[in-house]
Amino acid sequence: MVQILEFEREIFALETQIHDLVSLSNMYDSVGDITDEITKLKKKLRRMKHDVYSNLKGWDKTLVARHPDRPHMLDYIKNIFSDFYELHGDRHGGYGPSIVAGLAKFGDQSVMVVGHQKGREMEEKIARNFGMSQPSGYRKALRLMRMAEKFSMPVITFIDTPGAYPGVDAEEKGQSEAIATNMFSMIQMRVPIICVVIGEGGSGGALAIGVGDRILMLEHSVYSVISPEGCASILWEDKNKTGQAADALCLTANHLLKFEVIDQIVREPLGGAHRNHKQAAIRLKKALRTNLAELREIRPDELVRLREEKFRKMGEVVEASA
Amino acid sequence: MSWLDKIIGKKPTKDEDLWVSCKKCKEQIYVSELEDNLKVCPKCEYHFRLDARQRIQMLIDPESFIEHDQNLTSPDPLKFKDTKKYKERMRATIKKNQTNDAIIAGSGVMEGISVELAVFDFSFMGGSMGSVVGEKITRSIERAIENHVPIIIVSCSGGARMQEGIFSLMQMAKTSSALQKLSEKKIPYISILTDPTMGGVSASFSMLGDIILAEPGALIGFAGPRVIEQTIKQKLPKGFQRAEFQLEHGLIDDVVHRKDMKSTLVRLLNMLQNTPQEEPKEEEKIPKLTNPPEVLGA
Repeated sequence: MVQILEFEREIFALETQIHDLVSLSNMYDSVGDITDEITKLKKKLRRMKHDVYSNLKGWDKTLVARHPDRPHMLDYIKNIFSDFYELHGDRHGGYGPSIVAGLAKFGDQSVMVVGHQKGREMEEKIARNFGMSQPSGYRKALRLMRMAEKFSMPVITFIDTPGAYPGVDAEEKGQSEAIATNMFSMIQMRVPIICVVIGEGGSGGALAIGVGDRILMLEHSVYSVISPEGCASILWEDKNKTGQAADALCLTANHLLKFEVIDQIVREPLGGAHRNHKQAAIRLKKALRTNLAELREIRPDELVRLREEKFRKMGEVVEASA
Repeated sequence: MSWLDKIIGKKPTKDEDLWVSCKKCKEQIYVSELEDNLKVCPKCEYHFRLDARQRIQMLIDPESFIEHDQNLTSPDPLKFKDTKKYKERMRATIKKNQTNDAIIAGSGVMEGISVELAVFDFSFMGGSMGSVVGEKITRSIERAIENHVPIIIVSCSGGARMQEGIFSLMQMAKTSSALQKLSEKKIPYISILTDPTMGGVSASFSMLGDIILAEPGALIGFAGPRVIEQTIKQKLPKGFQRAEFQLEHGLIDDVVHRKDMKSTLVRLLNMLQNTPQEEPKEEEKIPKLTNPPEVLGA
């Protein structure tokens, strides 16, 4: 069962109409030739999808980014890489199931892929803790990124998390320290790092695998310091004000590109990545290939210097008149 | 009321100006007595929140503090507005606090040791970190590198500042990145955590100190206790996320009483900087082995 978002209702209705017409004409010859009619409707559908999806506001984007059918990290792995071999554990007593990491082939090149996995069915969701990682997940990610550095492999990270897990055990095991250490370490890795926000970029839990040479965002993904719900309940003291909060937070890919926080937006198939996993993966693969090719030309020293420079520039300050 | 006011005879008019109730033991304390005791309850040792200026006074030798970057302010890049405009909130806070943002940074001397010091000001929007806080911390770190002096950061913050959105988040990466450079130069960084040190502040530079000290009872953590309670639907154990709890869980080096903070810092900095800087002279060098040593049992 496909989940329909509020703003998709009209699209869905038209899709159903087209589908019905097609099956009708296939079933009964007496319907006559309605190819023209169907073509016209299909054109209308494309236009409608385009109009709706190119004007999504912050909260709508958040819903698309969290869409249950949206491709997850493992879907991209399947469609982009070959010979993926998952590696496990942080080597300090933690398994870290919310983050998946392992070796893979990108074309003829070995790479390390790391990313949040939210889980699709309920059982997997629970096993993955809905993509909210414990410190062990971040430490596993760091361990494997260090391995990538050792063997001169590029790192590709997939960001898709509501945030780092807020739990007692997470705090006891040093959630803050794990996130901080990842950023501290990723900044100086002597291999190319590409980070892609594929769904939800939830605050520190996202940034913990989000320091790299290129930051890409899928067209309908979001990236924010706090969730619209969290922001609404703190600043508006009303958790229903998610629309206003999402707008105020400027969490869309367009905003972040304008702010120069990200480097590139990867277009999604018409109507969102959840409508065509394969097509979404093909587009991302193309973007990854171009970026990797560029980064491979840069010497490690220079790579680190440019990365440091990139993050040094983040932020907006002005000198007030004293 | 400060001791100076007492001497010049400025009379408080209301009872609450004279007395304050300890938040922990409920003891009634003379405000002047509390001030003289570095804002620590004389009965139960509860550490009241300390103003940034008072903190600097407590740590730095008199008249040695030179403030930097005090005019940096946020241009409000998101044009953020909730029930009120961020610009207006900020204008009001700046006027009230006489500071431009939630941190004071500068250079100073601690018993003869030159240091860079950055101190959070909780009264400025909960000590939240936006671009200005991140920039001032980064510049402090860069000054520490340039002048080859240790850096001390005193955190007191609810976390990242929502009103600057993604820019606030990126300050975590920016400050952590600057600390990597500092670390490569082997310059000491001591992080002091005071009540509270939460969210994006704890999940970046605060937890990256070569040495991490905390004041007694300080709340330290990534997620706030309320958020955790809502998530796990359980009451939290007593003392959860307090400094002593974090010490027990191996996340900080020590819990230090406010009155001992300066002497502890001086002691630690002296030890950290006592390493020989110069190459040993030729004759002192251990001669290279010409033959490989015998393999010892593993």
